[in-house]
Amino acid sequence: MAGAAHIVEERRRVPKRVRAARIALILVAVGFLGLLLIAPLAMILIQALEKGFGVFVGSFADPDTKAAIKLTLLTAAIVVPVNTVFGICAAWAIAKFEFKGKSLLITLIDLPFAISPVIAGLVFVLLFGAHGWFGAWLQERDISIIFALPGIIIATLLVTFPYVARELIPLMQQQGSDEEEAAITLGAGAWTTFLRVTLPKIRWALLYGIILCNARAMGEFGAVSVVSGHIRGLTTTMPLHVEILYNEYDFVGAFAVASLLALLAILTLVIKTFVEWQSARRTA
Amino acid sequence: MSRFRQPSILPGFGLTLGFTTFFLSAIVLIPLAALIIKGSSPSLAELKEILLDPRAIASYRLSFGAALLAAVVNAIFGFIVAWTLVRYEFPGRRLVDALIDLPFALPTAVSGIALTAVFAPNGWLGLKLASFGVQVAYTWIGVVVALILIGLPFVVRSVQPALVEVQRDLEDAAETLGASPWQIFRRIILPAVLPAVLTGFTLAFARGIGEYGSVVFISGNLPMKTEITPLLIVIKLEQFEYQAAAALGLAMLVMSFIMLFAINLVQAWGRRRHVAAGR
Repeated sequence: MAGAAHIVEERRRVPKRVRAARIALILVAVGFLGLLLIAPLAMILIQALEKGFGVFVGSFADPDTKAAIKLTLLTAAIVVPVNTVFGICAAWAIAKFEFKGKSLLITLIDLPFAISPVIAGLVFVLLFGAHGWFGAWLQERDISIIFALPGIIIATLLVTFPYVARELIPLMQQQGSDEEEAAITLGAGAWTTFLRVTLPKIRWALLYGIILCNARAMGEFGAVSVVSGHIRGLTTTMPLHVEILYNEYDFVGAFAVASLLALLAILTLVIKTFVEWQSARRTA
Repeated sequence: MSRFRQPSILPGFGLTLGFTTFFLSAIVLIPLAALIIKGSSPSLAELKEILLDPRAIASYRLSFGAALLAAVVNAIFGFIVAWTLVRYEFPGRRLVDALIDLPFALPTAVSGIALTAVFAPNGWLGLKLASFGVQVAYTWIGVVVALILIGLPFVVRSVQPALVEVQRDLEDAAETLGASPWQIFRRIILPAVLPAVLTGFTLAFARGIGEYGSVVFISGNLPMKTEITPLLIVIKLEQFEYQAAAALGLAMLVMSFIMLFAINLVQAWGRRRHVAAGR
């Protein structure tokens, strides 16, 4: 994004009034971000450590908390690879070939970004819930999707659907297919061409898409909340567990789990900044 | 080869496009079709009763009003943030730049409880604001604050690249010709970045209408007062009123499509202006 393209004001004589305006604007910007981003972030840590480090660490011994962490990791471990494979396939089809209906396909892939997370959960309740289309059929066969792991996974698949694809599509379109065509002409197989020619060109964007997909998969609240049923220790992911603890006034516990998720977010931003720096260095 | 696609020597077209459309249908299109069918199945009278229920209307007012207000605040402050990040050098600029994406990366439930802790009547800021008689948490103002947080990156990340592209020599020329800073802003900078600001505004607005996680903690969730439409859908689902949930969901979906269409229009308009300006 814009990270690399900053234009820095060259040093020249600046009138006093302009300099004052400049300082004022910086203060407004930093103050606004401080209130909106830094204060809540700091608050998470303060609340988590309010009763001391021991209580903070102790709150992770709760078996329900452990189960929530496991469920979140499991969900991400399934959702992220599936959506990564999808993203690569979609980008390959869209960027390497010309076919009818392509722009419609791109719009449809972006669709999950435009819908409310609650609706992303709702649609699966309408399909697989007890009174849904396939509800009776599933019940006869004793398969539960809603209020169980499969529901959590498909709802997360839906909300994280576009992340990898939308990072890859514009990049691969811009890169063109000359090098791939050369490889194929020289006798390389399809798989070799992808691994040796395409993958090295897209690896940073791919990594970027994957970490964003992962952050959303681990942090999704609305969609998962609708399909999970909030069964403690069974169908509560970390964000849902935060909600349960918070509503039970276990603030230290809630903010302790929240601090793990905040750590994940910061890690995501660090990797993202690194990836941007890498790709800026390549184009420079 | 059919005329459906242009010939290419690259392999994998059938496989990748086949998997893409299959997966898209299974995860996105069929579920959304279920919502459209279920949501439009009640009779017109029933739909009217569900969608025009006073509690539903109060929730639209809050969801749309708060999202609109938050998007306006973000358009102004997001522009200032983008401006300082692009034009000025100050200590910690890169850190601030990286932090802008925090609302994208932070789970919404986490931002929700953190904002509530800051703005609750006994929180840091809540305590100070209370002495002015302003209560943020558990009122509509809290909803707006949560939506400002969620929408901020959309505006900043839209405006930054547009600001980088503004032609500095035009500004210098205008300054040499005696234009005031306000005139330069009004006549040169604003026209160049307006499409980007509008795109960011619409994205933030669209996201705000559907937002759930960060809002439900700070809003207090009082029916008719601080209840957003997505929460009303969840409540209907919990009461097993699938019909009502689907109808409300469909209404929101239609709204999202309209917003998506608006975003495309704004972007097309921006591109046309770009071409017309000869760049």
